Order: sequence, then C-alpha cells, then structure tokens
Amino acid sequence: MIGNQIKYLVIKELKLEMRNKYALGGILLYVVSTVFVSYLSFRKIVTPATWNALFWIILLFASINAIAKSFISETKGKLLYLYTIASPQAVILSKIIYNSLLLMVLSGLCLLVYTVFIGNIIQDLPLFLLTLLLGSFGFSSLLTMVSAIASKANNNFTLMAILSFPIIIPLLMVLIKLSKNAIDGLERWDLNYLLVLLFLNVIIIALSYVLFRYLWRD
Amino acid sequence: MKKNWWKIIAVLLVLHTVIAGFMIPVPALNILHESIRNLYFHVPMWFAMMTILFVSLWQSIKYLSKSNIQSDLIATQAAQTGMLAGTLGLITGSVWAKYTWGAWWVADPKLNGAAITMLIYLAYFILRGSIDEEQKRARIAAVYNIFAYVLLIVFLMILPRMTDSLHPGNGGNPGFGGYDLDNNMKMVFYPAVIGWILLFVWIFTLKVRFEKLKRKQLFNE
Repeated sequence: MIGNQIKYLVIKELKLEMRNKYALGGILLYVVSTVFVSYLSFRKIVTPATWNALFWIILLFASINAIAKSFISETKGKLLYLYTIASPQAVILSKIIYNSLLLMVLSGLCLLVYTVFIGNIIQDLPLFLLTLLLGSFGFSSLLTMVSAIASKANNNFTLMAILSFPIIIPLLMVLIKLSKNAIDGLERWDLNYLLVLLFLNVIIIALSYVLFRYLWRD
Repeated sequence: MKKNWWKIIAVLLVLHTVIAGFMIPVPALNILHESIRNLYFHVPMWFAMMTILFVSLWQSIKYLSKSNIQSDLIATQAAQTGMLAGTLGLITGSVWAKYTWGAWWVADPKLNGAAITMLIYLAYFILRGSIDEEQKRARIAAVYNIFAYVLLIVFLMILPRMTDSLHPGNGGNPGFGGYDLDNNMKMVFYPAVIGWILLFVWIFTLKVRFEKLKRKQLFNE
C-alpha cells in the first residue's frame, strides 16, 4: 500500500521536475558556478584537508539550495490534494527518495567539476563514491524534514539554513572524516565510520517518519 | 511549606557549594592548581542544562500527543532556562580555559558540542518567533525540538570518539572521574550538582508561573 503510494509520488516528482527543467538546470549551474568561483580564488588545492573541507561546504550549500524548494514550491491546494490521496509517511518518504536521487546527481556533477578545476587528489575512489552516496542520502533525509519545518514558517530561506546547520554537523563531520580517509588512501574501509553514517541515516529517517504527520495538518 | 522543602534544600546546597567550594582544600594537581574549584560551578551547569532541556523535550512530546497549549508554554520556558544554564556553563568554562589553556576558545569536541547545543536552541527560538499562529507555532516548534534533541544526543555520543580532547576527563587529562577526585572534592561536588539542578528547576518553575499569569491577564483584559 505505502510502497505503491511512494512509487507513484516519486514518479510524480520526477515528471514535475522534467516539466520545468529550468529549476534543475538552475541548481546544477549553481554548483558549477560555485566551483568555478572557488577555482578562481584558490587555483589548485593540494592540501587534502582544505580540498576536502571546501568540497563538502560547496556540496552542503548546494544541497540546502536544492532541497529548500521541495516544500516551499508546493502550494496549499496542491498539498491538501496530496494529503487526501496519500498517507503523510508516503509523502515524506517519497520526497526523501526523490531528493536523494537529486543530490546524487548533484554530488556526482560537483565531484566531476571540482576534480577538473581544483585538481584530483583522491586515492581511493570507490570509498569516496560510497561516502558521497551515503552522504547524499543523509543530507536529503535531514534537509527534506527541515524544509518541511521551514516551509511552515514565513521567512523560509534563512530559517532553512539556521535550522539545518547545527543538526547537520554530526553528519557532516562523519562524512568529512570518511572522505579524508578516502583521499589519503589510508585506513581502507574503516567500518566504524560507515556504520555510524548508516546509523545516523536510519535515525533521521525514523524521526522523519514519526514526526512528519504532525507537520502537515494545518 | 510542605511543597517548598526542596527550594530550601536548593539554597542550602548552593550555599554549601559556594562556601565549601572555596574553603575546603583541593588536591595539588599540575596545570589545574586552584582552578580545579571551577568543577563545582562549571560542570553542574551542564548537568542542569541537560536536565531542563530534557523537560523541554518531554513537554514537546506531550504537546504533540495532547495538543494542550500549556505544554508548549512549559517547553519554551524550559528551553530558555536551559539556555541560561548553558550560557553560564560557557562563561565559566571560557574563563577557566583562558587561564589554563591560554585561550578563551579551543577546537575541542566538548566545546563544539556545547556550541552546537546553543545554536540549536537559538534556532528553535528564531523558529518560534517566525510563526504567528499559536497552535501552529507550538506544533512546528515541538517537532523541531524533538528532531534536534535526538540528533544532538547522538552527536554528543559519537563526537568524543572521533577526535581526541583536551578537556578534563578526556584523553588522559585529570577530570572528576575515578581516582582524580578525592573525598574532599566529592563532598562538595555531588551536593553542588544536586543544588544547582534544583536551583535551575526553581528558576524554571518561577518562569512558568510568570508566563501562566501573563496569559491569564491577557485573557481577562
């Protein structure tokens, strides 16, 4: 039942995205421009710590920008219609799944442009890609929930940033640690951090699943 | 009197902390020296903060299940009192750090945890401020409170395991655990924790009563 709802809602999101491509194009261009600005200010970066930190900061801001619109763009009538045909759990889970797909594309593009301009110093690419994958998923689940909260308040965009920054830090720190390992090619496949990352993802999704139904009814 | 006995205990314990805390001899440890007395003031602040913030979480959960606006009022006042304790904890810690480590602030998991806690609750107040409708504000703020508190606890659990810490009680630095604390200090420290927590609970109940009266007056006018 809920699986079916989620499937159709994700397809709906994809279709909507395809219908006005400029939103998607905008966010992809945002990443490319940010990387280019960083490239002009930094030139090549060879210190792994700086490379890593800059990469994640760019990705963090791009993700917030990409996901902020997921509830803000929904009009009241559209939401009301959505809630009469689907359960709130299906709505939040489908948004999370769709946003993680979006962030995977976004982070892939970010990595590509970043390595071309700033330089490629990653020694363990599979681990880095895995980190990126889990990171996209974690970012999307946390930011989708925060964007649902922020969309209920008036000054959306600032609020989205200040609400998400403090609670995204645990996720970000684990991601930075893991991707630093991947860059250095040391401590190959440190299972502890991967488990912590999975654990964080599970907690965030469980919280969203439980709490979202209190958010939507007005 | 029957209801207020714990307030008397709070006053007596805090008095005991202040007097005994400065009078009773402490073990002579390197680096720390007399600054170890900060233990009686700095550490209980964080205990008090976590206790009061837990009350806030509990009231938020209660609000979501019962939709009683009183719970929201209590949750807000608890968060504010928690921030008061947290601010005092930051100040006492910062002054201590200046004279022991040589800087007001250092990059350290414990300090980062404290800073993130403050940021989360400041964001919580901003969120409350940006919604006008009362029931809606209560509901949205309660959701954020629960979401943020759980993630904060997870963060406070995993963070110290990721990096080494300068903070007493971590990375081989003397702290209040185990053999570092002699019996004299225990005699002050444990009452101090209870005393400060009770004092902050008292402040919190006063704030709640004050807000309730304000609401009552608002409805009567």
